[in-house]
Amino acid sequence: MSHAEDQSGDRRDFLYYATAGVGAVTVGAAVWPLVNQMNPSADVQAASQMRVDVGGVAEGTQLTVLFLGKPVFIRRRTADEIAEARAVAISDLVDQDARNPNLGPIEASDENRSMPDYSGENTGEWLVQIGVCTHLGCVPIGDGAGDFGGWFCPCHGSHYDSAGRIRRGPAPENLPIPMASFVDDTTILLG
Amino acid sequence: MLRKLIVNTALAATLALSSGVAFAAGGERYVENYAFAHEGPFGRFDQTQLQRGLQVYTQVCAACHGLRYVPLRTLSDEGGPGLSEDEVRAYIEQNYIEVYDAELQDWRAATPNDHFPGSAMSNAPDLSLMTKARAGFTGPYGLALNPLFKGMGGSEYVASLLTHYTGSEKEEFGAILYGNETYGGYFAMSPPLWDGAVEYGDGTEATVEQMALDVASFLTWTAEPKLMARKQMGFTAILMLGLLAVMLYLTNKRIWAPVKSRAKGYPAE
Amino acid sequence: MSGIPHDHYEPKSNAEKWLHRRLPIVSLMYDTLMIPTPKNLNWMWIWGIVLVFCLVMQIITGIILVMHYTPHVDMAFASVEHIMRNVNGGWAIRYIHQNGASLFFIAVYLHIFRGLYYGSYKAPREITWIIGMLIYLMMMGTAFMGYVLPWGQMSFWGATVITGLFGAIPFVGDAIQTWLLGGPAVDNATLNRFLSLHYLLPFVILGLVIVHVWAFHTTGNNNPTGVEVRRTSRKEADADTLPFWPYFVIKDLFALAVILVAFFAIVGFMPNFLGHPDNYIEANPLATPAHIVPEWYFLPFYAILRAFDTEVWLVILVDFLTAGIVDAKFFGVLAMFGAIIVMALAPWLDTSSVRSGRYRPMFKWWFWIFIVNFFVLMWAGAMPAEGIYPYIALIGSAYWFAYFLVILPLLGVIETPLAQPATIEEDFNAHYGKTGGQGGAASPTPAE
Repeated sequence: MSHAEDQSGDRRDFLYYATAGVGAVTVGAAVWPLVNQMNPSADVQAASQMRVDVGGVAEGTQLTVLFLGKPVFIRRRTADEIAEARAVAISDLVDQDARNPNLGPIEASDENRSMPDYSGENTGEWLVQIGVCTHLGCVPIGDGAGDFGGWFCPCHGSHYDSAGRIRRGPAPENLPIPMASFVDDTTILLG
Repeated sequence: MLRKLIVNTALAATLALSSGVAFAAGGERYVENYAFAHEGPFGRFDQTQLQRGLQVYTQVCAACHGLRYVPLRTLSDEGGPGLSEDEVRAYIEQNYIEVYDAELQDWRAATPNDHFPGSAMSNAPDLSLMTKARAGFTGPYGLALNPLFKGMGGSEYVASLLTHYTGSEKEEFGAILYGNETYGGYFAMSPPLWDGAVEYGDGTEATVEQMALDVASFLTWTAEPKLMARKQMGFTAILMLGLLAVMLYLTNKRIWAPVKSRAKGYPAE
Repeated sequence: MSGIPHDHYEPKSNAEKWLHRRLPIVSLMYDTLMIPTPKNLNWMWIWGIVLVFCLVMQIITGIILVMHYTPHVDMAFASVEHIMRNVNGGWAIRYIHQNGASLFFIAVYLHIFRGLYYGSYKAPREITWIIGMLIYLMMMGTAFMGYVLPWGQMSFWGATVITGLFGAIPFVGDAIQTWLLGGPAVDNATLNRFLSLHYLLPFVILGLVIVHVWAFHTTGNNNPTGVEVRRTSRKEADADTLPFWPYFVIKDLFALAVILVAFFAIVGFMPNFLGHPDNYIEANPLATPAHIVPEWYFLPFYAILRAFDTEVWLVILVDFLTAGIVDAKFFGVLAMFGAIIVMALAPWLDTSSVRSGRYRPMFKWWFWIFIVNFFVLMWAGAMPAEGIYPYIALIGSAYWFAYFLVILPLLGVIETPLAQPATIEEDFNAHYGKTGGQGGAASPTPAE
């Protein structure tokens, strides 16, 4: 008799646990959409990428576009600027990380900051960076401004060289580079 | 002032029980119960049909009508016409789709993130939600049995409207109106389709009915882009809750068993 | 809480005692969950749980929808489309909220009908009933204002027509209507205040639900026999009742799961069946839809509103007697709200000494006619106000009022009720046992 009771007790416990389990899974499945709805919606996700036509950017000029609420500097550098940037020794740099998420943590050589063209060749011609000073968020002045022939932040006097690397002043880091690549000869995809 | 007048008119119409307002649109309406791939609990959009519908929409409807709630990028969404992102950009370029940019204060070429343009003509309604904004099947006698068994019939309404012109015309206030069985009277849209109005890339013969079905199917997608995901959710929810119901039924029975056996006068367990 | 003798929470550990002396919350939860419940409750006693579930579901999905909705006449409609197209799973949340309102009303009507049939409104449960009616009124207000938010054609014109009801009030009607709308017509100000109130009222409902539950936990549940639980001794009370947990919680959850299967069948496969196609057209103050109909759950009252036109002799008489102050329009409004008020007064209008309709042979007939009449009114409300329909609505309205004002008071006097069981235990045993009576002698066959 007691044996039979045990058995029915086991069966009962199993039934209760199984029901509770199914209930928990159901509730969990119902909760997930309630959480997920706060993630970026499809329109916001779609806006996290942007195509920029750079066909009209001449050597030695800079195109500034607004991307995700921040200015992005797209500069087509001259041979002099490239040569100047490549001549700098890494040890002279304040911030020795390239700050380039396309490559990950890597030394701040000019080659690691400039962007390869559509064929994949990195001539150093294209430099794309987010135009926000790493000190307190001002927008630096371009076109060879500052003591190092790159950008100069007027707010607190940070000097960036022609590869956008911090050389002097209060800013702690090189100008950040956004995720970017050429999708054809004249179009850059940001994001 | 005008609003007040309208409000009062509406009140008079509904509260004072004036008759005849209800069916001012006209007499009997005929809606053909076409079969669509997306109908039924297992119905899915036919991707090639959506693409053909997009073509009909672009080459015929878009001259007057718009799809202002539909983002262009959704043409490449799962469950939709399934264009690739490059095809969407090509679509925008080929059709010279432009949007007004408030920041630039000027028109510019659309990007996939922009929406389809709105209606070009003020009296051409936007088509984004048209298949949900029209009921093909109602009644009988206010009992809602037809929509229960046949579906709401928005897709059928659109397809029928395009195929059921009576051919008669009349002039009213200087405008030509066209008779239509589905509309149940005369309205301003001239018959937009004729055999061969578009040339399908997949070789489907472009009869009026084929084009009407294709564009109705496409407009069903624009109105309810998540239709397939919705049905899938329905099945998942029903299966999970059904299982839960069975488990709870057994648990309930088990919990009450001793109480009920005691009621029979048996010793509990 | 209840006067029915039962176990109470006893704090055991020191931590429990520490908390209990400062905040007896565990005790409150224990007493609520373990409340002695008549063990003969049938399947019509599940709607309370379904309603609580609906309220919570609507509040949660509603809070989510507000995160993505824009309350402005230029953007409201487009923001709903944004929810339907862009927000992750937004279409599901919106359809659940939209159809959730219908589930809410199906449950509340069945809950009310249950109360009407089994006499749950009768003493000592009048307060529970009145609070319930207040909840129902609040639900109607909330649902109406929620329907305006998508800013479709039916939203706009429904709001115009329903707020127009207040304009029917003599002398101050126009001022009240303008005050409600925040302008001469339904516009941005209206939309914004409706969103605010649509968000607020569910929490008021939640508060009233707590009072509603508190009230019937004080009196104890009614049950299908209408016979009260015996309270004289613990033994007798135990014979009539079972604790709410787990017996009724599991039973109610099972019913809820079954109902949700049907609910998700609608959400998944015909989410717009209960809606109106015109609400997928953006609101246009310049074009009235051909046929304005409210949502299905308002239709019976809409029919009553429209039933009293200028040709009804009662309306003509009242119009004459009040020197035109109560005209047909105002009469309709009074009738509509009156229909709910007479229902709220049922505890005092029903003169029968017997609580449950189960033991009232004549009442049963009138009750079922009342139910059929409810659906007839619903149907008449959906039809255009022309031809025979206004007459059907008028007859239906007349029956509604007659049921509460004439039939319920009279039946108590003229009806001879059937014999009721002496106790709930007897009823339960008669239903499940072979021997009926007091449990009978122990049978030789074991239960399992």
